Amino acid sequence: MKRVYVNEEWCLGCHLCEYNCAFANSGMKDMALALKDKKIFPRIHVEGDDRITFAVSCRHCTDPLCVKSCIAGAISVLDGVVCIDQTKCVGCLTCVLVCPYGALAPGESGVMQKCELCMGNACGAPACVTGCPNNAIVYEERNDAT
Amino acid sequence: MSRYVIVGNGTAAVGCIEGIRRVNTDAEITVVSEENHSVYSRPLISYYLEGKTDLERMKYRGDDFYEKNGCRVIYGVRATALDPSAKTVTLENGETLSYDALCSATGSRPFVPPFEGLDTVKQTFSFMTLDDVLALESALTDTARVLIVGAGLIGLKCAEGIRDRVGSITVCDLADRVLSSILDTDCAALVQSHLEENGIRFMLQDSAARFDGNTAYMKSGQTVEFDILVLAVGVRANIELVKDAGGETGRGILINNRMETSLPHVFAAGDCTEGYDASAGMRRVLAILPNAYMQGHTAGVNMAGGDAVFDNAIPMNSIGFFGLHTMTAGSGDGEMTEERSEGIVKRFFTKDGLLKGFMLIGQTDRAGIYTSLIREKIPLDTIDLELTKQAASNLIFSQDTRKKKFGGVV
Ligand SMILES: Cc1cc2nc3c(=O)[nH]c(=O)nc-3n(C[C@H](O)[C@H](O)[C@H](O)COP(=O)(O)OP(=O)(O)OC[C@H]3O[C@@H](n4cnc5c(N)ncnc54)[C@H](O)[C@@H]3O)c2cc1C
Ligand code: SF4
Ligand code: SF4
Repeated sequence: MKRVYVNEEWCLGCHLCEYNCAFANSGMKDMALALKDKKIFPRIHVEGDDRITFAVSCRHCTDPLCVKSCIAGAISVLDGVVCIDQTKCVGCLTCVLVCPYGALAPGESGVMQKCELCMGNACGAPACVTGCPNNAIVYEERNDAT
Repeated sequence: MSRYVIVGNGTAAVGCIEGIRRVNTDAEITVVSEENHSVYSRPLISYYLEGKTDLERMKYRGDDFYEKNGCRVIYGVRATALDPSAKTVTLENGETLSYDALCSATGSRPFVPPFEGLDTVKQTFSFMTLDDVLALESALTDTARVLIVGAGLIGLKCAEGIRDRVGSITVCDLADRVLSSILDTDCAALVQSHLEENGIRFMLQDSAARFDGNTAYMKSGQTVEFDILVLAVGVRANIELVKDAGGETGRGILINNRMETSLPHVFAAGDCTEGYDASAGMRRVLAILPNAYMQGHTAGVNMAGGDAVFDNAIPMNSIGFFGLHTMTAGSGDGEMTEERSEGIVKRFFTKDGLLKGFMLIGQTDRAGIYTSLIREKIPLDTIDLELTKQAASNLIFSQDTRKKKFGGVV
């Protein structure tokens, strides 16, 4: 299946992916209205220092620890995409404690949110990748069994 | 056609069902469920009282789960006897089931010490099951004085759950600190003062010596007047089914890293087991939900003839009280280093060049990166742990490692 992959040597550290993610999942039509002067809660985040930067989002693991560990049974795999049922989440952060990639962070309300590859919103393909100016994240098929 | 029997219907059982179906889609699966409910998320019972979830959303799996997985569930019935040579298990309703492989996913039960006068207390509750919680809920009134015996995870979660629905809450414990099984003295003190700020009163190094009606006479000589008593002293693994059939047990059912017990064709998973703690290098009961699922899944795959090993279990807890999050993992063994700032404590324990454990209070972002260092036994000389102590980051790994993590299928 297609996943988001990182080319860290291309990353500019511009954080555009974070904004595009927050906008894509805001359900709003106007980016300025959705994000301006607001603290954003994107499902992708840029890590790094002054030399290296890279964007981290859910790996959609083939054997996802978050799914096995969620105390509410709120995370599941749908056609390879690791999805969350936010109505079931109680914000315990067990999934944050187990995700080896540090890919999860709660949203504003404390309920967990995660990258679902923009399958659940209007974009249909990851908005972070579409908006990346330097191909530092790509959305493609790489070798795997599934 | 193969026949599999699972005794218990909690998270370990679900892991087992999903593990079996990973390997074998047409075997017969029978689940024996003492509780008269389809599987629910046990840790959510306190969130239910708090109003953060409800009975519908507490369902651990969807309504079609058993049907979709071709399981027959026998509700409201206990399995009472196991005959490993005949490969049968007898239920309390007299029914006998034969199996090709069986999994004990029987969990644990509250341990109630023999308190003098306990029988004079009108309203006593445990805090383990959905039925416990529904019973407790019906007793709650906004003036009720609640005494909780036990300042462990279960007692404190109960306190948080009912705080806005009762008059007052006192928690007592013989230990000198809260959450004594997972926190050291300093970290426990932080959590305790946060709980106190939120209206919970503590009596530590003290417990009830005897009860008389609505009065608890404490070991210290003090008395506590209460209307509702919650006993959360501890739990005991349900080992009897396997033990009485001659299986090896300690504080839990002894299992290897394939979840096999000492009895042929009998597996065990979850809170009823004593598995191996990879961080401490010793056998231990790891009564946490992720462990129950992973053990159950491993057992299921192996029951169905697959080949699964689960050899990196570690204790790990993420628990929040009134907005303050605490995370712990691994063991508090080895050399300790600490990062501290306003409202935040991070303690790391290292030994033999490996991260062995941590305690985090107040700042828990991306903590799974630390957990992975423990579980995967990443040599600390290959990473830059110093860099990550203030904020967990994938920057600690080499560029090559990052390439594998973020440029490949994992
Ligand atoms: C209040 C509370 C909060 C918790 N919070 C957390 C948390 O935040 N994070 C975390 O990781 N863990 C937490 N836990 C622990 C977690 O709930 C357990 O680790 C997990 O539920 C264990 O699953 P299990 O399937 O092994 O056992 P259980 O869920 O206990 O299921 C076992 C089932 O087997 C049944 N049974 C037993 N004997 C028989 C028999 N002979 N025949 C038929 N049926 C039988 C029992 O009735 C029970 O329904 C919490 C627990 C409690 C009580
Ligand atoms: S949240 Fe983490 S553990 Fe879960 S699928 Fe994504 S990367 Fe894997
Ligand atoms: S924070 Fe939500 S999604 Fe994560 S483990 Fe807890 S209940 Fe599950």
